[in-house]
This record gives sequence, structure tokens and C-alpha cells, in this order.
Amino acid sequence: MLKKRIIPCLDIKDGRTVKGTGFIDLKDAGDPVELAQKYALQGADELVFLDITATVENRKTLCELVEKIATAINIPFTVGGGIRTVDDAALLIRSGADKVSINSAAYNNPALIQDIATRFGTQCVVVAIDAKQIDNIWNVFTNGGRTDTGCEVTVWAQKAVGYGAGEILLTSMDNDGARNGYAISLTNAVCDTVSIPVIASGGAGCEEDFSTLFKTTKASAALAAGIFHYNKLSIPQLKDYLKTNQIPVR
Amino acid sequence: MIAIIQYGAGNTGSVQNALNRLGVQSIITDDAATIKNAEKVILPGVGEASTAMQSLATTGLDKLIPTLRQPVLGICLGMQLLCNRSEEGDTTCLGVFDADVIKFPTGHIVPHMGWNNITDIKGELLLGANDADVYFVHSYYVPVCADTIATCNYILPFSAAMQKNNFYATQFHPEKSGGIGEQILNNFSAI
Repeated sequence: MLKKRIIPCLDIKDGRTVKGTGFIDLKDAGDPVELAQKYALQGADELVFLDITATVENRKTLCELVEKIATAINIPFTVGGGIRTVDDAALLIRSGADKVSINSAAYNNPALIQDIATRFGTQCVVVAIDAKQIDNIWNVFTNGGRTDTGCEVTVWAQKAVGYGAGEILLTSMDNDGARNGYAISLTNAVCDTVSIPVIASGGAGCEEDFSTLFKTTKASAALAAGIFHYNKLSIPQLKDYLKTNQIPVR
Repeated sequence: MIAIIQYGAGNTGSVQNALNRLGVQSIITDDAATIKNAEKVILPGVGEASTAMQSLATTGLDKLIPTLRQPVLGICLGMQLLCNRSEEGDTTCLGVFDADVIKFPTGHIVPHMGWNNITDIKGELLLGANDADVYFVHSYYVPVCADTIATCNYILPFSAAMQKNNFYATQFHPEKSGGIGEQILNNFSAI
């Protein structure tokens, strides 16, 4: 049976892991390579690295970091942040990333999804969507959560699949950092719309939040950051809990 | 020395990284003589079947690979390329395994992405891996057939690994399958 994936996310700023609340108030959360190795050994199913301050200047630093991670760990990992062109994606994939995650650039230029998928396969392309509820409607936000596109999230998700997205990384900005559980209605809406794997993100605060997610939605994976970085919950603990609750995990 | 075949779309670096972690020497190459004389050969795979076959044809490796006599390991798309034909891009493949590659039926989440367990294992490649969870990413599959040496179930049972004479193949990615994947690569290097 296909297992539900638990994916620690490492937000990267200047080569370090950071964690903030609602995309602000960043705190240092450790060395990415050390954390990656620790998580891989503990049974993380995949890893996601998001360069949250991606600029042209630090692209080289990011590629060097990706190379180090690829050498050190034996599970798949995704890299995102600041990917605007096929060449940006190609650099990261050649450095060892298994997948790239694209967010604002994909929304602003959906052909980018297609271009990367054609060259490297759809399985390489994770389309990251940040969503926030406005008047009871989940809207897509871009530009690091700063710009309301006015587009309803399932509309964009469906379109992204049409362009060749292999997976959707769905973050609820309302839940992110609040440790109050995943956005179930949002996750369900997207899972019911698309036929590719959906990774739910934002809001994990305890073990139960993961089992609620998997019991009430079709999400293929759960992504979390702070809960793992600050040792509030270890991956083996979480997986034991999920197993006792009849959620298939590795 | 293991020759990792370079043909544009493969994740050659990931495979080499995994072999490096095991202390197994390898070279990434598209040179026919190097491949022919290597102790073992890996045909890695990430990408699209027709593009991959075109790429192998430009270097003439499509003719060489089926004639290789040393142990060969196809991974993911590499396994599918070793079959007769793929529905992906309606592609004629290398014809080592007498099987066709078929798209997963619609109405399900595709690609089959993530960790799934393999059962009914046979042979030395998968020693110690019965019922182990390994990492898959694919939208096309090879049905269970005479060359199947491990089965996985997603939507339907399919070939998780295959073997015919000196040709071995896995639909999953041993290079991304944690400790058990490393063991499988070790098993291959010990064949």
C-alpha cells in the first residue's frame, strides 16, 4: 500500500534554516545539511528546501547547498524559491534536486511549468500554492504571500495540472505557524479538483493534526517545519502515532 | 567500475551520489567503449520515454545496450526502456524484457508517488528487501509478467522489479530509497 508521506520543510535564508510565523518574524533553526541528515535517518519520507530570500546573488550559494544535501542524504528532496526560468530549475536539478517547487513564477507565467515538465518530466515540477481565506473564499497569494491574485485556489490548481504540474504543495497562510491543525476545507477542495498528489502544509501543532488531515482529506503528504525543528515532535514518534491510528506510513 | 549511462534526461548525479556513499566507484558516460568494457552498467531514468530513446539513438547506445553481457541495472524509466514498447509517446524501446509499458488508468492519483512496499521478491538483487518500502515516482507501469522479480500494488499489481539473464531493473528508485535502497545497490554491485 502507498504510504502517506511526512515531509519536513526547511526554510533557507543565507544558508541557514529559519522558521517564522505567517512568513514573518524569522528565527534561526539550524544547519540545513545537518537537519536534513537527521530527518532522513529518523524516517522522513522526503524533504523540501525553500529559499525564502532567493535572489540572483545567492543562487550560487543555494546550488552549493543543494549539492551538499544531495551528497549527504538518500531520500528525495525538493528545492524551491526564486525559480523564474527553466535555466533556474535546470541548475538546481543538475545540482542534485529531485524536484523543483515553483510558486509566483508559475502563476505569473504558467508556461514555465510546461517548459520544466517537458525537459525534466512532470514528476520534477511541484507547483506551490499559498492560499488565504478572503470573505470565505480561498484565494491564491503570490510574491511570498504579499499579493492577493483574486484567483480562487481550485481554479489555479486545475490550470497548473493542465500545464503539467506533477504535484501540488498547498500552504494555508491562515494556518501556517499557528499550530492549530491543517486547513481541512482548503485541502479537500484542492484534492477533489485535481488528480495529482497534494501535499498539505501549514498548521501542524501536534500528532493529532496529521491523523486528522489524513483521515478527513485525500492529501498524499503532510509538510511541517517548526514542529520538527524545535523538537516538539520527532518523526519516529509521529509515525508510531499514525500507525496506531491506522494511517499507512513507512 | 560501474558505468552510469548519460543520456540527457537521467538523474545520473543522484545515482553516482548513492554509489559514492557506498564506496562503489562509478563513471557517468555516454561513451560506447567505456560502457561495453565496464564491470557493470546502470541505465538510470527520469524523464520521458520517446525523448530518452531518441537520445540513446543519437549516440548509438540503443543498439549497444541490448547486447551487453555484464550485469545491467535499469532504474525507473531505465526499466521501462528495457521493455518492448511504451505507451508514453508510443515509443519502441530496447526489447530486452518481453513486456509493454502501460499508462495507469485515469480516475486515480497519478503519478504513483511515494513509498510503497514490494512483495513476491525473487533473486539476489532484492535480497533482504521483502515487504520493504521503497520510493516510486511513475505514471506508467509494466504489468506482472514472466520477468517480474518483485510486485507492488497501486491501483493494480505491477512489476516493481524485473530480471532476465544479466539484465536487472527496478521501477522504484533505489538511489532515493533510504537504507534499503542502498542495500539493493550493494546487492547489485556484489552480483
